[in-house]
Amino acid sequence: MLQGIFIIFLFQLIGEAVQKFFDLTIPGPVIGLLSLLLVLLLLQRLGVAFRERFERDLESTSSALLGHLPLLFVPIGVGVVMHVSVLQGQLLAVLGVIFVGTVASIGFSALLMQRLQRRGSAR
Amino acid sequence: MTDEQRLYSIWVYLQAEPLFWLTLTIGAYLVGDFCYRRTRLFPLFNPVALGIIIVSVVLLAFGVQYERYFDGAKFIHFLLGPATVSLAIPIFRKWELIMANARAILTTVLLGSMFAILTTYALASMFALERDIVLSLLPRSVTAPIAMGVSEIIGGIPSLTAIITIVTGIIGAAFGTFTLDLLRIREMSARGFAIGLASHGIGTARAMSRNETAGVFAAVAMGLSGIVTALVVPVVVYLLRI
Repeated sequence: MLQGIFIIFLFQLIGEAVQKFFDLTIPGPVIGLLSLLLVLLLLQRLGVAFRERFERDLESTSSALLGHLPLLFVPIGVGVVMHVSVLQGQLLAVLGVIFVGTVASIGFSALLMQRLQRRGSAR
Repeated sequence: MTDEQRLYSIWVYLQAEPLFWLTLTIGAYLVGDFCYRRTRLFPLFNPVALGIIIVSVVLLAFGVQYERYFDGAKFIHFLLGPATVSLAIPIFRKWELIMANARAILTTVLLGSMFAILTTYALASMFALERDIVLSLLPRSVTAPIAMGVSEIIGGIPSLTAIITIVTGIIGAAFGTFTLDLLRIREMSARGFAIGLASHGIGTARAMSRNETAGVFAAVAMGLSGIVTALVVPVVVYLLRI
């Protein structure tokens, strides 16, 4: 577990450093995610001996972190509720745009993806 | 000291403690989780939305500043970064499934992101919103740091975009499942992908908490749509002369 935490923090740190250094709009943790994924895939390709231990260490930490992922968004969500007054008179219209737009996008993307997958597997 | 005074002094002590707000946040989320498991009907009864509502009601009722609350809640907030990095592990586990769907993934992310941007623009024009609010709305489907960066580039208000982005995530998490059930989308990969594409991290969190395949596809969609949106929104703004 502790090894897993160390590896994950280390990759986030690398990601944050890369983001700062190159002044990128991609968030540091996302760069960390991509680098860790790359390392995992490389280790698998190379068949390195310590790879199984590495993966096992990460496994328990990641399932602990991802188990209740929605909880981690509660603090920002509360911040939004407390600061929503900046929208003033346009609040309802903005909420309307967001609601209709989001539901429509989910529907569109899901139908498209499902159709493409079916076509792909039929071939 | 009367009992009432004593109770009040305990409250005064407790509300200054970060631990109190940390505990409240987890408690509110657990209550939300419990209600969701019990009802499974009303979309707003999902753990994030209910957790946020409960905490906000407590803060507003007792006139607590957000900064004080965040003093405790920041310990949870901090975990967002490591949690994002650790998405690499389930993605790695499902790597072959992702590669097998690579074409569907790339096509959907391109067309789906464009759809999200253009419907947002169409709806915002319909509601006759002010120009800087329209611009702040356009990148709303992607993760907040990217959305804020894009908003700044095109002349929107980044802090407003942050709020809009979070609301988008909560709505996607709350109503996504309902929408997908209505459209009879059964494939977990397509369900997760659509939610991640339209409602970034909060939607992904929701998908991940229900099914690993859905969560992994949501995470992939969120990452790719972030890139596509960052590239496409400035072009759309230029072409449509918004």
